[in-house]
Parts: sequence; structure tokens; C-alpha cells
Amino acid sequence: MALLEIENLSVGFDTSAGLFMAVQGIDMSVDSREVLAIVGESGSGKSVAMLAVMGLLPNTATVTADRMTFEGRDLLNMSGSDRRKIIGKDIAMIFQEPVASLNPCFTVGFQITETLRQHTNLGKKQRRERAIELLHLVGINDAAERLGAYPHQMSGGQCQRVMIAIAIACNPKLLIADEPTTALDVTIQKQILDLLIKLQERHGMGLIMITHDMGVVAETADRVVVQYKGRKMEEADVLTLFENPKSAYTRALLSALPENATGDRLPTVSDFHMEGSA
Amino acid sequence: MTETATTSAAKAPPTKTNQPNPRWAGLAEFWHYFSMNKGAVLGLVVFILLVLVAIFAPLIAPHSPDQQYRDAILVPPVWQDGGNPAFLLGTDPVGRDILSRLIHGARYSLFIGFFVVTGALVVGVTLGVLAGYFRGWVDVVIMRVMDIILAFPSLLLALVLVAILGPGLFNAMIAIALVLQPHFARLTRAAVMAESNREYVTASRVSGAGHFRLMMRTILPNCLAPLIVQATLSFSNAILEAAALGFLGMGAQPPTPEWGTMLASAREFIMRAPWVVTFPGLAILITVLAINLVGDGLRDALDPKLKRS
Amino acid sequence: MSEIVLETRHVTRDYHVSGGLFRKEKIIRAVKDANFKLEKGKTLAIVGESGSGKSTLARILTLIDPATSGELLIEGQPVDISKGLSKEMRRKVQIIFQNPYGSLNPRQKIGDVLAEPLLINTSMPAAERREKAMQMLLKVGLGPEHFNRYPHMFSGGQRQRIAIARALMLNPKLLVLDEPVSALDLSVQAQILNLLADLQDEFGLTYVFISHDLSVVRYIADEVMVMYLGEVVEYGTRDAVFDNPQHSYTKTLFAATPKSDVESIRARLARKRAAA
Repeated sequence: MALLEIENLSVGFDTSAGLFMAVQGIDMSVDSREVLAIVGESGSGKSVAMLAVMGLLPNTATVTADRMTFEGRDLLNMSGSDRRKIIGKDIAMIFQEPVASLNPCFTVGFQITETLRQHTNLGKKQRRERAIELLHLVGINDAAERLGAYPHQMSGGQCQRVMIAIAIACNPKLLIADEPTTALDVTIQKQILDLLIKLQERHGMGLIMITHDMGVVAETADRVVVQYKGRKMEEADVLTLFENPKSAYTRALLSALPENATGDRLPTVSDFHMEGSA
Repeated sequence: MTETATTSAAKAPPTKTNQPNPRWAGLAEFWHYFSMNKGAVLGLVVFILLVLVAIFAPLIAPHSPDQQYRDAILVPPVWQDGGNPAFLLGTDPVGRDILSRLIHGARYSLFIGFFVVTGALVVGVTLGVLAGYFRGWVDVVIMRVMDIILAFPSLLLALVLVAILGPGLFNAMIAIALVLQPHFARLTRAAVMAESNREYVTASRVSGAGHFRLMMRTILPNCLAPLIVQATLSFSNAILEAAALGFLGMGAQPPTPEWGTMLASAREFIMRAPWVVTFPGLAILITVLAINLVGDGLRDALDPKLKRS
Repeated sequence: MSEIVLETRHVTRDYHVSGGLFRKEKIIRAVKDANFKLEKGKTLAIVGESGSGKSTLARILTLIDPATSGELLIEGQPVDISKGLSKEMRRKVQIIFQNPYGSLNPRQKIGDVLAEPLLINTSMPAAERREKAMQMLLKVGLGPEHFNRYPHMFSGGQRQRIAIARALMLNPKLLVLDEPVSALDLSVQAQILNLLADLQDEFGLTYVFISHDLSVVRYIADEVMVMYLGEVVEYGTRDAVFDNPQHSYTKTLFAATPKSDVESIRARLARKRAAA
């Protein structure tokens, strides 16, 4: 049985210009021990779909699906309190801007132990020890001193490591990473991606990697879903996607990569863009 | 492969090529957010009614505000015994119709609000822009002066100024404007400092724009949202301060039908003829409440951080 | 030999961080001793991560901030903005920023955005300014119906086009582009890079292109300069730097860039299967 199963998910937003469908009819599934990459450009609805799974969308959003289950349990109609028992514990999420995603008023140690306090029965001393253990796991060396640091005192890469520590604190079965390295430098990006893959393999988690960077997909994914303007364009395993893409959009996307450029001009995805856009 | 919109209204936000008129679209979006706050819409309706009453005062008011009816002194409102349908809300100690005075008083209150806010806005925004743009000693000097003004209780400062300038509505308005403008200065300075670091300002600078153009044409138009909200709230503040000054006898002088002055001359009649005090007080209350509700609604609608979708 | 449009000699930029009441003032050296020459019509790519000083150098080259020491020569003439900036010199260098959503004044219509540089720097009548602005708008690939719109109605890629159009209004010789495509989607990125290449050929522009994306750099650069913590650690032609990086930081940077070719994917999957 797959860990996460989604069938025909649609998300609409109530805006001043009318109803806007951010996601239209998406199907996907993730198994444990698998890395699924969701690739798309801005406006493809990739983040919105996962936020819908987590129940993190604002009230103006309407979420409908034929099926949205986690380990067989229905996520769509789950009550708020039941959902809160799963989110953060069995399903965890990390976000794009690490410094902005951490609470600037509280120390890093507090934020890690907060998750533990919410989902486990550990005592105060045990929580602190687990926090130190987690910081070691994510590669922060002087963990005991770092517990008392504030987010603005740490670099982007370190904050992202802290976010990962918070996310894996309760050994989740599924980790959703929403563009975790987009805001980071390239050398730090490599370290964070290596860390995520290492943790995924070690704990046997399912990992959903949301990104717009084909390079990140190539380096981390087992399977790939390509999204465009809220719809799923293609789903394939990573090798097939790069070698033999079936959807014209995927082909256009791959050929727009500068490293695949032949000659003086880059081919563009122009037939997929409507009236007057970029 | 083409996209089919799910509903006729569904459109991808970034590219709107069939937009009829950009300015109306902005107004429509603003109204969409503003009207979500029912209190604000109610406040706006009341305010518009008030403006209409003020404009058409001579046509609406049943009597002249200065007309003294010697045989109708302290007549109670029409629903109490002794009431007279000619004077719906009763008469005051010298026989003037309270309803007519209230209606004409609306003109004064709105005029006060408008004049004071305009004065405070112009002076405060100018000082704030200079302080926020140039920083350094200009900022220090201007802000310390503002701090000094803010350190005084506003009514006391207004009283002192009126004592120097002499009592009267016009001087009272100047005093209140002076007391209110530090709020605008502070707000503008903060907004200007935040916007000055944005890239479009640097881009204008790289295009060769000088200080004046940068301050007035580039930065200031982007700082308007908090100023509009502050202006609305200052409007109601101004009315209250003018009423307070009038109540103390330092603002509009009798027989001007300004609501605060009406309250002052009715002090001794609180027990004997409560309607003389109650109705001007109610008028002030309703006006200020309506304006504050509108101000709240404006803040919610204009604050980009609260944009929900 | 082609004309040298831009030259820097030992350009250094320091920032003074005041310690407040109780600590000593610290001096942070954001750019240390930058030396390079750039010929007309060529593209120099400056590669670096955050903290490398590349944006600081961009601001110095665009004559926004002064250098603390060293010389900056534009078209052979030394420039020092702390001593004042002439109008013709101001027109020679323009900049395009990374963030398409911050670089346009939200309250100005696009037509006015484009006409503003002409309004400030020339005495052209309004009709002529409008005409020139419209021409430039068409040249960057937008339509006449966009002339009277506000920035928030455009996508990221369209806004960058507008930013490029604005930069070209004064016929500059040198364009500094601070990560112009980093915030754009991949497909849009390709269109903007094509546009930049076309404009460079048509107007004989010289580009200083700042980027952290090595694949883009490899595609568009003639010369490459790698910066790390304010210092220039590598400088040479594109082929020399990519084929034979000398400095260890450059090698680290290349190694860290994700590879999206099929062979690397195959190798990774094989490693994974072997480990399982």
C-alpha cells in the first residue's frame, strides 16, 4: 500500500477576480523509501497541492479530491485535531526560506523541543538530549551551544539544517521538502541535498522533493511528476524522463536547460505560453 | 495542447491582456476587500449621509440655527410631554431648535476635520519625507521637534496655542493641526525609510533622478496606504479635539452651532433638560464612530500583508 | 585590438560597521583588489555565492557606490563618483536587477517608467519621448497595449523585459546585469537570455553578467571571473576557466553544481542499487 495516495485533487482560490484553480485534477502516490520529485515552474500548483495535503491552506481555498489518504487514512475529511496528531509527527514539511520559516523570537533549541513536546511524552531533559542528537544528525557540530542560538544568528544553510532537524524529530514516515535549496548557495545546496538523501535512506522515509530545478531532480529523484499550470503533464521514473520524455512540455523544459543548448539560441517553451506572457 | 478554463471567470492572474482600464480594476479590487468588512461599509454609508446633510443643511433644517424663539425655551423633544412637533429634538436655553443646530453643526465638524487633516497632512508628510530621505542631522532635528510636540498632552498644547493666538474656531483648528502632524511625520518617515532601499528607487537614481524627483515622484506615492488610514483616524480625532476645545470655551465661540460649543453652553442643564446635552454628544459619537469604522476597513483593505488570496 | 570599455585597477570597497557605544568599529572588506579589463561587445560573467562581493562590485561598476580605493575607468576615462558624476558618464552604465518584482515602481505606468530616463536627462518633447519609449517596448518583445499598464499586471519575465528596455533608453555602452534570470522560470530564462544576446549584437553592448548559475554562465560568457569572500580567485576566458579551473574554490563550485545529464543519473542509480 502506498504511503500517500492522491486522486483527482483540485484546489481553488476565491480571489477578487473570481475563482482561480491552482490545482486541477492531480493524481500521484508516494511509497515509503521512495523519492518523488514534483517539478514545475511558478504557477504550476506544485506547492499548493502539498499544502493542501498538510491542511495548511487559508480559508479562501477549496480542496476537493476523489481520494487523499495517508497510510489508508482519509486526509480530506479528517477533523482538525486528528490532523494535528499526524502533521509534524508522521508527515513533516520543510520550506523554501529557512531563516523566515523559523520563529525569530525563540531559540533554535526551543523550536526543536516544541515539536517533541507536542508529539511525544519525553521529559524535559530527554527532549534536550534528543534535540542535541538531532542537531548532530543534521551535521551541526557544536550542537549544545547552538541550542541557545536565534535564527538570525545563523546562516541560511544552518537554518535549513535546523528545519530538517525539526522535521525529522519524530521520525516521520513522509517528508515533504518544498524547494528547500532554492534560496541557498550552490555549495550549501549540495550539502543540504546530500543530507536529505542520507536521512531518507537511513530512516526509510518517503521524500517528496518539490523543485523547479531539473538539476536537483536529476541528483535526487527516483520518480518524477511534471506539473504545468495546475495539471500533471507527465509522470515517469527519473531515467526515462531525461532520456525519453513523453510530454512535449517536458521535452521543451529539458531543451531550455542551458547545458542542453546547441548553437547560438536557446529553444523556448513558447507554444505553452498564452497571450502575451514572458 | 490548450488550456480550458474551468469557469468563465477563471483567469491566470499574471497576464491580464484584456483589462478594460487599469485604474478601475485597482478600485474594484480595493472595494472587494473593503466590502468584506461590514462595519466599514456601514460607517461609510453613515459618513456619506453626514456629508449630504452638511451640504444641503439650509434645505434640510426646519429652522434657522440662530433663530431664537422666546416663547419656546427649553422645549423637550417631540416624544416627551410638553414636546412640540415644530421642534423635533427640542430647543436649547435661548429657544433655538436643536435639530437645526445639529444639522448646521455638521458643516462645522466636517469642515474642521477636513481643514485640520489637510494641514496636518501637508506639514507632517513634508517633514517626514525630508527626515526619512536625508537621514543624518536633518532626521535628528526634525524628529526631536516632533518628539517634543508629542510629549505634551494634546489638549493642553492646543489650549496653550489658543491662549497665545486667541480663542476662535480658526485658531483652534491651527492648534489641533499642529498637535496632530507629528503622527503623520513619523508614519511618513518610517515608510520612506523602508521604501528608499527598494530597487526601483535605485533604478531611478541610476537613471539620473535628483533628490526632489526621487522624494516626491518615486518614493512618496508608494507610502500612501498608512497615511490614508492615519488621515481617516485623525479626522475623527480632530472633531473630538475641536469639540473639547469648544466645550472649554476656547474653540468656536457661541452662537456658532458647533457641536462641542453646544455642549459647553448646556453644561448646567444636564439634570434639568438632558436633551440639550445628549443630542450634540450623540452626534459627535456617531460621527466619530462612523469615521473610525471606515478607517479600520481602509487599513484592512490597503494593507498588502493582509491580502488573503 | 578592440576598444576597452571597462577597466578596474585595484578596486577595493570597505564597509564600516559601527560598534555603537561600547565596541570598536569594524571594517569589512567587501571587495579586495579587483582587476580586470573588458572589451566592447564582450560579456564578462562574475560568479560567486552570497558574501562574495559580486553585488558590491556591481554597484561600484554601475556608479551607485564609490570604491574605497583603486581606479575605475569607463571608456578610458577615470570615474570617481565621490567627486561628482557628469550626465554623460551617468548615461554610459546602466543596471538590471535580480528581482523583477522590486525593480519597477508599482505606482508608475510602464510607459512612464520607460520615458522617465529621457525626461530626466534630455530635453525631448513629450511626444518624442513617448515615441521612443514605445519603440523600445516593442523591441524587447512586448506590445503597444502594455504601454499604459501598471507593473503588477505583468509576469516576472515581462517585468525583466521592461527593466531591460528601461536600461537601454539612454543608449548605454555598458550594462551590468545582477543575476537577471535567477528569479525566473527556466522557460522564461531562455527567452530573456535570447533577448539579451540579440540586443548585444544589435546595439554593440558590453555586459557584466553576475550569476551563481554555472550553466547559464557557460552559455553566455566570453570571460569568467570567480569571486570568493571579496577576492577574485579565478579570471580567464570561459573555456580556460571551465576546462581547467585553477583555484580550489572554483573546483568546489563546479563539483557542487547539479548535473542533469543522463550518464550522471545512471551512475547515481547504479550506486544506489549497489548500496541497497
